[in-house]
Amino acid sequence: MTNKVTNVLLVGVGGQGTLLAARILSGVLQEAGYDVKMSEVHGMSQRGGSVVTFVRYGDKVHSPLVEKGKADLILSFEKLEALRWLPYLKAEGTIVVNDLALLPSPVLMGKADYPYNALEILAEEAGTLITLDASKVAMEEAGNVRTQNVALLGALAKHMDIDRQVWQQVIRSSVPPKTVDANLKAFAAGARY
Amino acid sequence: MKLFLSGNEAIARGGYEYGATFAAAYPGTPSTEIVESLIPYEEIYAEWSTNEKVALEVGLGASLAGSRVIVAMKHVGVNVAADPLFTAAYTGVNGGLVLISADDPTMHSSQNEQDNRNIAPFAKIPMLEPTDSQEAKDLVGEGFKISEQFDTPVLIRITTRIAHGKGLVDCQDRQQPPKREYKKDASKYCMLPAFARKRRLVVEERTARLQEYSETTPYNRIEWGAKDIGIITSGIAYQYAKEVFGDKASYLKLGFTWPLPEKMIRDFAAQVGKIYVIEELDPYLETQIKAMGIEVIGKDIIPNMFELSAEIIREKVLGEKPLPTKEIKAPIAPRPPVLCAGCPHRPVFYVLKKMNVAVMGDIGCYGLAVPPPLEAVDTTVCMGASIGMAHGFQKASDWIGDNKKAVGVIGDSTFFHSGMTGLAGMVFNKGIGAVLVLDNRTTAMTGHQPHPGTGITAKGEPTAEIEIEDVVRSMGVKDVAVVDSYDLEGVEKAIRHALDFEGPSVVVFRRACALLKGLPKLLPLEIDQEKCTQCHICLGTGCPALVHHPDKTVTIDADACTGCTVCAQVCPFDAIVEVGGEARD
Repeated sequence: MTNKVTNVLLVGVGGQGTLLAARILSGVLQEAGYDVKMSEVHGMSQRGGSVVTFVRYGDKVHSPLVEKGKADLILSFEKLEALRWLPYLKAEGTIVVNDLALLPSPVLMGKADYPYNALEILAEEAGTLITLDASKVAMEEAGNVRTQNVALLGALAKHMDIDRQVWQQVIRSSVPPKTVDANLKAFAAGARY
Repeated sequence: MKLFLSGNEAIARGGYEYGATFAAAYPGTPSTEIVESLIPYEEIYAEWSTNEKVALEVGLGASLAGSRVIVAMKHVGVNVAADPLFTAAYTGVNGGLVLISADDPTMHSSQNEQDNRNIAPFAKIPMLEPTDSQEAKDLVGEGFKISEQFDTPVLIRITTRIAHGKGLVDCQDRQQPPKREYKKDASKYCMLPAFARKRRLVVEERTARLQEYSETTPYNRIEWGAKDIGIITSGIAYQYAKEVFGDKASYLKLGFTWPLPEKMIRDFAAQVGKIYVIEELDPYLETQIKAMGIEVIGKDIIPNMFELSAEIIREKVLGEKPLPTKEIKAPIAPRPPVLCAGCPHRPVFYVLKKMNVAVMGDIGCYGLAVPPPLEAVDTTVCMGASIGMAHGFQKASDWIGDNKKAVGVIGDSTFFHSGMTGLAGMVFNKGIGAVLVLDNRTTAMTGHQPHPGTGITAKGEPTAEIEIEDVVRSMGVKDVAVVDSYDLEGVEKAIRHALDFEGPSVVVFRRACALLKGLPKLLPLEIDQEKCTQCHICLGTGCPALVHHPDKTVTIDADACTGCTVCAQVCPFDAIVEVGGEARD
């Protein structure tokens, strides 16, 4: 029996709300009947630092960590972070990236440059690159800027073989009741990218 | 029912299911969520204790009263709690007492790396090590059982990847704990030398019985695969080994790791070919197994520092080179954590940087004032070290005639944790150091836990609020001031005064953490580009709301700005104003 395990990275900047996205994703995988493991690091790194959540799912998952060169999917909430974690992507892997630049402190202080050509580099390196401006999608399609993480999950979901209804069900139970409709709209809009 | 839980949440769930009625901890990454997740259970009393030593003492008292108890802390917290721990090993318990040590290999959020498995043989208490969230929950039940059966505190040792790694956990209903009456017994609980010598023998006899138990517990077991390679492992290292070898090796999986099951180890070793001991950090298992005269391969190829991973095992054991990875064809700016926009610590360190003083730092968010641009801190050692070190530095400097000034900078929660004792020593020993208490009204770094100065308990009930300035005055400090951190001029004046004062001096800089909910909103600021000369003095504050553009202009990110006005106060050209263009007076 082959034990196929799929590796996903959620990357971004501390405070961007990657945790809700990770919670929805893991809920979907659990609902779909997979063994799931997730690993993140709390504490110091949350103060505006680079953050990563590893998610692994399959028949049986052992290590909670994704190895370099083995990620099937990277969902990045910010462009520079997609580049930073690129060595984790496997040869034909897919990147879903939010078209957003958050400048790290060395750039804010003028001590380092921001790679404004990040999307071009990512396009060359990724098997598939999906880019969306999540806050724009969230505002224009769902009327609520806070649904941007769910819009990104919509784009990710298209590259995962899990029933759309499972996603919708988990989103319903994970977001504040008043925002369910907006989040479902954002999810559908993200899936069009 | 299966729940998706982190190791910390699973330990809390285990506390609930296996009848814990009491929990105590001091917050510290990666242990904080254990007691945080126990707080909501109505059946369980939970508290944030003043420090880890107090947490364990409180827990021991609760155990004597008959409770099943969880005490949780990070690895360095166990150093603080070592004193009661090493004697609780002699007194034993009444209700089951489980101590969780959450170690932090690679120091994601810690000042050192230590392998607290070494504590178990040192303190002579049994130890359990889970390999995932399910076992983290199960071993709490096993821990209570062992603790009550063998009359001993039990150590459950986890690491960051267990604590913060999530997995599916099969959950059950709560079991009612057995009722255990407290019986006064001086020969068991009063460790006077005469009694302690008798208990010393009990500890040794108990260890022998635990050794037998170790041979039979289902948490020590062999998983047979190919027999040419045998792997002896525990904790998260088991998962990495499984990831690499699958069924191409046999495993001796140790969940009960002190005392070790010597017979089982010998039996396993006799049946497999090459034996690898795969463990993270110290050669804890390896040293003991080698002492049994068994030949194994371990730290001669596997690193004894930083986190282990499947990749490392592949490379070191199998000689497999890592996969070629995609090259990043652009310079990648680092993204270190920073003091938040509006952080009340920032102005104090901005002022300190300009002064020629040795700044003895402490453990907390203010570690973020070490890197540029603030670079205002000379030392970071342990909780409470700032005050003792400032006193020692100042005394020695005066004694040898250098007359270099020193200040100790400490947080509010840290002050209660272990700053007070250092300050009493400074007063008693005629110190003249200056102590700056950064009172941001919470334990910020670990995610806003209340402490004795906040007037609220872990369970959210109002309680007495201990005022730091009252404590300090009652300790005999004559020179005490309370200053708003956002008032840069006031901050500088207060520090200069404290440094000049001939005696111990304390300034409490009081301003709530900018991330606390329910704070009054201040108007964001903007930069008047007509007045701005691009001198970049404002960037010296290191505020992440200030954006330096490639054309040298600086703007303020209005979404990030909290309106603290610190940048406006440092601007020599009055170019930073409230949004709307109103000049600040």
